[in-house]
Amino acid sequence: MPTLPIYLDYSATTPIDPRVAEIMIPYLTEKFGNPASRSHAFGWDADQAVERAREEVAGLVNCDPKEIVWTSGATESDNLAIKGAAQFYKGKGKHLITVRTEHKAVLDPMRELERQGFEVTYLDPEPNGLLDLDKFTAAIRPDTILASVMHVNNEIGVIQDIETIGEICRGKGVLFHVDAAQSTGKAPIDLARLKVDLMSFSAHKTYGPKGIGALYVRRKPRIRLEAQMHGGGHERGMRSGTLATHQIVGMGAAFRIAAEEMATENERIRMLRDKLWAGVSTLDEVHLNGDMQQRVPHNLNASFNFVEGESLMMAIKDLAVSSGSACTSASLEPSYVLKALGRNDELAHSSIRFSIGRFTTEQDIDFAVQLLHKHVGKLRDLSPLWDMHRAGIDLNSVQWAAH
Amino acid sequence: MSYSDKVLDHYENPRNVGALEANDASVGTGMVGAPACGDVMKLQIKVNDAGIIEEARFKTYGCGSAIASSSLVTEWVKGKTLDQALAIKNTAIAEELALPPVKIHCSILAEDAIKAAVADYRNKHEVVSAGYAACDPAAA
Repeated sequence: MPTLPIYLDYSATTPIDPRVAEIMIPYLTEKFGNPASRSHAFGWDADQAVERAREEVAGLVNCDPKEIVWTSGATESDNLAIKGAAQFYKGKGKHLITVRTEHKAVLDPMRELERQGFEVTYLDPEPNGLLDLDKFTAAIRPDTILASVMHVNNEIGVIQDIETIGEICRGKGVLFHVDAAQSTGKAPIDLARLKVDLMSFSAHKTYGPKGIGALYVRRKPRIRLEAQMHGGGHERGMRSGTLATHQIVGMGAAFRIAAEEMATENERIRMLRDKLWAGVSTLDEVHLNGDMQQRVPHNLNASFNFVEGESLMMAIKDLAVSSGSACTSASLEPSYVLKALGRNDELAHSSIRFSIGRFTTEQDIDFAVQLLHKHVGKLRDLSPLWDMHRAGIDLNSVQWAAH
Repeated sequence: MSYSDKVLDHYENPRNVGALEANDASVGTGMVGAPACGDVMKLQIKVNDAGIIEEARFKTYGCGSAIASSSLVTEWVKGKTLDQALAIKNTAIAEELALPPVKIHCSILAEDAIKAAVADYRNKHEVVSAGYAACDPAAA
């Protein structure tokens, strides 16, 4: 019997790997120096630790450590990349391109830029969650300055073809930003080869601490940004503020471990994910959301038709998962990501995201499958929609009174 | 979010789940909500000759609070006249289940389900009595 509840929400956050936590602790107590202190050993030690971590982060994504700028997390990195580049390059044009399934940390800065007089094109993905590259190319205009496309989607785990998108952007002189918060340690990233100009990273999705992230800013060709945080001129003026040495050391260690272990770890996680899908897909009316091939092994997003997601989560409370149902939000709007794929509202309300990670075991998966089989059936017995489906009534033919 | 003990109790042990014969003249059926909004409630009442609701059944697609709200109203309408059932207000349901503000719509839906079931029952009976009237030789 596994320990309950079982954590299957690694895409929301991951625990800090104990090996990482151990490395961080001395930087909270005895090695507490400010890395910007140039006049004594406390500062020198901290600075050395920060630079080692910078090399470790750069090592996972194959870039020059000088191209890594520390931030407070992927949200800040996205803001700095998008608003910073748009404001610096606005003389060249005021048009940006992104995708409707991006994280809010990309979409909201885009909305802010629209308020500042920029124009943004929001592309719809294909039903499998992937971007049609012809549609992307067609959206580029002479005044387009930046495109932002995430590497791995947080809800459905699909991997966008950032290699080809980068080539298209470079060919048209458009800067390319990639939110890679969900891909480090899950999908390989080689910035020496990719034509990516800006890339956002987060530590806490990859077994590092919360509150720390980084932005990759390409040096050749050199990318310039307007700083969003002004102060002591840290991080070559791009992001002021005293560096959080312990957090940075933790992110470095976490990314080093990811680089060392991702190949074997991902194989094990893929085996668990495939087992989970094999287990739940034997249930009637279960629909996979997002492409299964172009997808990180950690993610399974499925809609259990005729069962509302929040009530299913309540039934399977021994599993810590998340849902595209927005029953908890005041708007009653289900997942905008699933809706952008063209999923109808019912399927979006019925979706559950399972995300598997380093500490998930095969017993956890067996237990999850068993629990789902038991409770999906029970909730369907309670569902008038399931009755109607079984009676052969097409729910789309019913006149529902929206409320 | 956390649920009140009463919501959890109704969710885990829902009362009066099931269906009554919708074509039976003594049964009123109300179906409210929409799948697109994430909740659909079906409430059925069986009314005896004295005009008292003697049975109620529900089926609900929705969150835990929606299931609990509909389970609760099946208990509350039993033994009541139609007018007494119509007097059940969403605020009383929300209060009984300690629903948070984002879940108030679940209690509103439950109140609507009662109204819809009563209206269906009354509709059937007006049709039926009109039918008798039409066949009444004295009236012809």
